[in-house]
Amino acid sequence: MEFETVIGLEVHAQMLTDTKIFCNCSTKFGGAPNSHACPVCLGMPGVLPVLNKKVVEFAMKMALATNCTINPANSFARKNYFYPDLPKGYQISQFAYPIAEHGHIWLEANGRKRKIGITRIHMEEDAGKLIHDENQPASYVDLNRTGVPLIEIVSEPDMRSPEEAAEYLKRLHEILVYLEICDGNMEEGSFRCDANVSIRPRDQHEFGTRAELKNMNSFRNVQRALEYEVKRQQYLVENGQAVIQETRLWDDAQGVTNPMRSKEEAHDYRYFPDPDLVPVVVDGAWVEEIRAGMPELPLVRRERFIHDYQIPAYDAGVLTAEKALADYYEDVVKLCGKPKQASNWVMGDVLRFLNEEKRDIRSCPITAGALADMIRLIEEGTISGKMAKDVIDEMYRTGKSPQEIIEERGLVQITDEGALAATIAGIIDASPGQVKEYRSGKEKIFGFFVGQVMKATQGKANPKLVNDLLKKMLAGS
Amino acid sequence: MELYSFTIHELQEKLKSGEASSRQIVDSVFSRIDAVEERVHSYIRLMKEDALTAAAIADENIKNGDIRPLTGIPVALKDIVCTQGIPTTCGSHILHNFVPPYDATVVQKLRDAGAVFVGKTNMDEFAMGSSTETSYFGPTRNPWDLDRIPGGSSGGSASAVAADECIASIGSDTGGSIRQPAALCGIVGMKPTYGRVSRFGLIAFASSLDQIGPFTKDVEDCAIMMNALAGYDPRESTSVRAEVPDYRQFIGRDINGWRIGIPKEYYVDGIDPEVSMAVKIAIEVIEKCGGQIVDISLPHTPYCLAVYYIIAPAEASSNLARYDGVKYGFRAAEARDLMDMYKKTRMQGFGPEVKRRIMIGTYALSAGYYDAYYGKASQVRALIRRDFDEAFKKCDVILTPTTPTPAFKIGEKTDDPLQMYLSDIFTISTNLAGIPGISVPCGYTRTGLPIGVQFLAGHFEEGKLLQVASAYEKNAAIEKRRPTL
Repeated sequence: MEFETVIGLEVHAQMLTDTKIFCNCSTKFGGAPNSHACPVCLGMPGVLPVLNKKVVEFAMKMALATNCTINPANSFARKNYFYPDLPKGYQISQFAYPIAEHGHIWLEANGRKRKIGITRIHMEEDAGKLIHDENQPASYVDLNRTGVPLIEIVSEPDMRSPEEAAEYLKRLHEILVYLEICDGNMEEGSFRCDANVSIRPRDQHEFGTRAELKNMNSFRNVQRALEYEVKRQQYLVENGQAVIQETRLWDDAQGVTNPMRSKEEAHDYRYFPDPDLVPVVVDGAWVEEIRAGMPELPLVRRERFIHDYQIPAYDAGVLTAEKALADYYEDVVKLCGKPKQASNWVMGDVLRFLNEEKRDIRSCPITAGALADMIRLIEEGTISGKMAKDVIDEMYRTGKSPQEIIEERGLVQITDEGALAATIAGIIDASPGQVKEYRSGKEKIFGFFVGQVMKATQGKANPKLVNDLLKKMLAGS
Repeated sequence: MELYSFTIHELQEKLKSGEASSRQIVDSVFSRIDAVEERVHSYIRLMKEDALTAAAIADENIKNGDIRPLTGIPVALKDIVCTQGIPTTCGSHILHNFVPPYDATVVQKLRDAGAVFVGKTNMDEFAMGSSTETSYFGPTRNPWDLDRIPGGSSGGSASAVAADECIASIGSDTGGSIRQPAALCGIVGMKPTYGRVSRFGLIAFASSLDQIGPFTKDVEDCAIMMNALAGYDPRESTSVRAEVPDYRQFIGRDINGWRIGIPKEYYVDGIDPEVSMAVKIAIEVIEKCGGQIVDISLPHTPYCLAVYYIIAPAEASSNLARYDGVKYGFRAAEARDLMDMYKKTRMQGFGPEVKRRIMIGTYALSAGYYDAYYGKASQVRALIRRDFDEAFKKCDVILTPTTPTPAFKIGEKTDDPLQMYLSDIFTISTNLAGIPGISVPCGYTRTGLPIGVQFLAGHFEEGKLLQVASAYEKNAAIEKRRPTL
């Protein structure tokens, strides 16, 4: 039987605000346990939440970027359950009236353009963390993360393969980071994903029973977990067994999913409107203010790069994957006017340097201005492309300008035709055998002469000039 | 007359003229406490040392000409408002050892106004009750008859004022918890508009209904306390940015031509005949003051109790989830695992009435029942609110009895929750609508138990309440009696 896979994703993204969603505590990751926790975080008696407006604005940005409708009056609800990392005994979230609904994003997977629906985006607070003592039966509670703002982005069950799911995640991740509302760090948990997956016979309209997958902390693991789960469900169905609705945890080491809890044991969260908070009223003026402050989104920027700079789609994809990189590239282009060359140098050398050291473009020692200068120097013929390879290496290591390096190393290209002709004449005179071979039609030996000239000039000869002169002089006399 | 028996405004005069010092007033109050507290049990905790320090500072300030609205005045706090460094129990075992690291906004405001804190008063556990009998620390007794309840849940705050164990106090009112004990103890008690007084630091019972307000010996003192308490608080999202007038300006004004609404649904069978009579006479007094009596209707009144006993427990079930033994307060010993710790802590930490309401509330919010209970109750609540909006188009204020009966006997209703709930029948709608209400003494039964009359007004019309209450107080000229203790 042929099966179709149906996947929907729930993404939790930590918002990059300085302070928490309902108090003034810092959201910084990695402080000493409970060093970023106040009476509000601790759920002490009588304390009250006050909404951080920045969180609403960040959520609105994501809503606009994913083509959602923003609810002019959205509100918070309490999700009630007991757990030691949840000090109030309830999580403040949005339920019946989320901030945004009915959106979509576009993606390309397996060569097909696909529109993936966004069901809703809502704001909520994160829970704390439990630390279990390995030596004795005790657990400790760290509430630093309690109240860190999250948005949850729920997709429609529109994805039809694990690859599509991974692609969707990458696009969402890219948008969040582009908007500078989430740092996107999956390992630290600032970008987390749960997946709902089911299979159905290809001609069936109704969805199959779904499993919810948790505990996947990388794009690759999401895809692996989904691939495993699809196979598991197919195996069950093909062997006449039923898929049961349950939550399953991905075990990275074993490469399998294991049941966590089934629907029957699921919580009744007893959602109800949080009486401590008033509805969030979002008027048109506020939406427009947020829209006006939005950066160009990656997909739009990619199209523009392809169109305006006439660079290949692949290059545009790499260059726009990160906002800071795209900004850097555009700065270089603006300063040197050579988009293709700029793309080659950024994608080739600059990214290679950065990747080797796992550095961020924002801390790149080669400024956009310096790289633009170098490209201009090549175009003007001051240095050759080959020389530039050395120059850019030193630029990266020392942060010096290309002009400085060229001057220090006396790297100016020899473009004096007379001087070069004299050098070439000398080499021709000294190599009668090779000259004879060349003239008898063995053109491969041309490389030998180029090498000799470069050696004699310590690589400073303008290669194009060397080629031209050599051809003329070897053929000429 | 002893200093403890005076009102705030009378003592202010004495402090200004130098006739009395704050130290003398505080000493007088504590000597009164020494004499009667054992029998009344208004307090969970006394703060004598703090009070003496604060009195010394007050006297120093008075000497330097820094006289604020409550400078040097002994005020008691219901043990539901958080006091930094001082245990705040909410009348519960589960918080018997809880020491807040912060002050409630009202505590800060009273302190800024110069008040001297006498102690933390007794209350029904988590403000759930109408008699102060559910307190983990034992019941409070009505100063007028020690065999009777003082009302509740702010019974300790009411009895403390009635028994002269403080000059004024604050309580909280979720369904009548200020007005009902004020009526039963023969003093003035006001529940302000929802959003008028900050709830920050008020331990939540039902967040959409809770409101802090004052207990005082007369209406003018109520205005003085309201001046100190009212105002916007950025730490509370439901706090309202509405202008706060000087409430004292409403004292002594006449109410000529005011329309006084009498809701027919509030004058029904089951009201104690003596209460009925006292309120009837109060209506006559109001007419003599120039008020015009208008018959009005609040048609959804019969549903108030039902709506209240869904919404309040629902919110409470969530608000009280934080008392789990993990972070602060009581934790049961010898738990096998996490679930066992939760169960034992909450089983041993909460009293039966609190457990009853947690269970009712949990049920009302459960999947499959939410729409029928909480959802429906919220809809009817909106209708109750609309009833009042409509009514206030026809009248300036509404007059009702505060309670259906005078104070009942200790133990009389503890086994019958429904009878207990009925004692709030005239006060509950106010909280559901979010409007302000005040209870003023309007007489005594033959056996000498106080009776109260309640005035209600539209949102943020506390001024109107003070004006009508002050006019009534002056013209009714109820005999000034004191409980014999």
